[in-house]
Amino acid sequence: MSLRLEAVVADRGLDASLEVADGETLAVLGPNGAGKSTLLAVAAGLLRPDAGRVTLDGRELTAPGTFVPTHDRRIALLAQDPLLFPHLTVLENVAFGPRSRGTRRGEAYAAARSWLEEVGAADLADRRPSEVSGGQGQRVALARALAAEPQLLLLDEPMAALDVAVLPGLRQTLRRVLADRTVVVVTHDVLDALLLADRVVVLDDGRVVEAGPTADVLERPRSAFAARVAGLNLVSGPWQDGVVGGVRGISAGPPPAEGAPAVAVFRPSAVSVFRAAPGGSPRNSLPVTVTDLEPRGDQVRVRADHLAADITVQSAAELDLAPGARVVFAVKANEVAVYGT
Amino acid sequence: MIPRWILVPAAVGVVFVLLPLVAIVARVDWADFLDLITSQASKDALWLSLRTSAIATLLCLLFGTPMAMVLARTSFPGQGVLRSLVLLPLVLPPVVGGIALLYTFGRRGLLGHELEVLGLEVAFSTTAVVLAQTFVALPFLVVSLEGALRTAGQRYEVVAASLGAGPTTVFRRVTLPLVLPGLVSGAVLAFARALGEFGATITFAGSLQGVTRTLPLEIYQLRETDVDAAVALSLVLVVVAVLVIGFARQGRSSL
Repeated sequence: MSLRLEAVVADRGLDASLEVADGETLAVLGPNGAGKSTLLAVAAGLLRPDAGRVTLDGRELTAPGTFVPTHDRRIALLAQDPLLFPHLTVLENVAFGPRSRGTRRGEAYAAARSWLEEVGAADLADRRPSEVSGGQGQRVALARALAAEPQLLLLDEPMAALDVAVLPGLRQTLRRVLADRTVVVVTHDVLDALLLADRVVVLDDGRVVEAGPTADVLERPRSAFAARVAGLNLVSGPWQDGVVGGVRGISAGPPPAEGAPAVAVFRPSAVSVFRAAPGGSPRNSLPVTVTDLEPRGDQVRVRADHLAADITVQSAAELDLAPGARVVFAVKANEVAVYGT
Repeated sequence: MIPRWILVPAAVGVVFVLLPLVAIVARVDWADFLDLITSQASKDALWLSLRTSAIATLLCLLFGTPMAMVLARTSFPGQGVLRSLVLLPLVLPPVVGGIALLYTFGRRGLLGHELEVLGLEVAFSTTAVVLAQTFVALPFLVVSLEGALRTAGQRYEVVAASLGAGPTTVFRRVTLPLVLPGLVSGAVLAFARALGEFGATITFAGSLQGVTRTLPLEIYQLRETDVDAAVALSLVLVVVAVLVIGFARQGRSSL
């Protein structure tokens, strides 16, 4: 179910193309107004591009003289809002796709139940959409989209409207059910890209400015936007008993297998900077060379290779930091999140 | 906060609307009320009114729902003009509507010849009553439903389509259930308008007891010969109107 998409939409300034291999998840990152949603609308057949072509698994969906309507594309959409049909129960919502394709009621409901089970929302089956929370609603919406058995799944900022507290759980669920599916996920959250996507495309002003494997793009951002979204520190390497690339962290979710590829992620604000490694401390110590100093209000962002630390102006002055200085970045293990990739 | 003086003209307006209703209630001959509204002529008129208004409402639903869909969900050149023209009966004097219908469906009308060939005589028949009522009531349903469709938006319809539902399935299983309150209140308003229809009916259908003489026509007929009966039947229509307003409000608030 590979996707090829080329689209020019003049009045929204979009001129981009992308490809998603069978079973691959592609993250589309980019600032507001970059054309991310327009791209999805073209893929879903909600918008006819001025020029371009959409091909899914060899079947032309949009092409000169061809425009397959949305309902015949086998492309499901999951938006920011769950948009559960308010007049149907949760179970009826999930059974909507199969029922629309002519599956008999009993069979459709059985399928709906198993999809609800799959996303951990089986106990909500008989509720009304007004009786479920935002996070639950998004799980149900996910089950509904999957129950339609789409060949391509489009996710448009699926977690942007949700409470922070429900994000880790939903991320794990998404990670599990999206594996082996062909997916395009629009997001502004670098963690979503990191955990869900195999590859990343960065869109800016309607153009693809960067593309490549997720870790590559985020570790060595070439575009300004990728650098900004990659504000997190990221170290990759094989997982070795809780340590990734010399950084010990806390595993979010099931720990990866020994030696499996993994990433350690931590915020610049969690990093302390020392002239010499602090002795007898449980903290991770990373000897680095300062490459750049960037004032940010009363803070200074200290860049060293691909890592960054936010410290106060006063500390920066006390440490007498300048590009080329040899320092140690220290970060507590409980500030580091580790993920298998 | 509103300026205090505004309450005065507002109160005058309210009294102006409500006082005539009080006057009717005050004028009703309660002793003979039941007899008055159950005379043969009254029963004929009431039964005819209910029947024709119900059929007219059905016709409004049948044609008005697609009209509202086209106005709310598509765009084409001249749509604005078309909408205004379709809503014309709202502001057109009903008697003019009656004349227009007469010269459309009457024996010498635009379609008169075709109807004659088919052996149909429309003018001055019960069919004419239904046509007159549908003509004036249709815009009420279209306006109400188009508003509901625009308020509901297309987001749910897009989701349904992405789940593989074709346009007809989306219309039946998503659009209609979502705008049901608007549809109900529109139908109730159309029914009320049909029930009160007078000008177009008397022009196009005449006033023949049991055939075309609906309740408003009966009241008009009786107001000189039997004032008590006219007042009693008027009260019946007032009660119906109050019920209709209640229904329409409920339909809207459940949105």
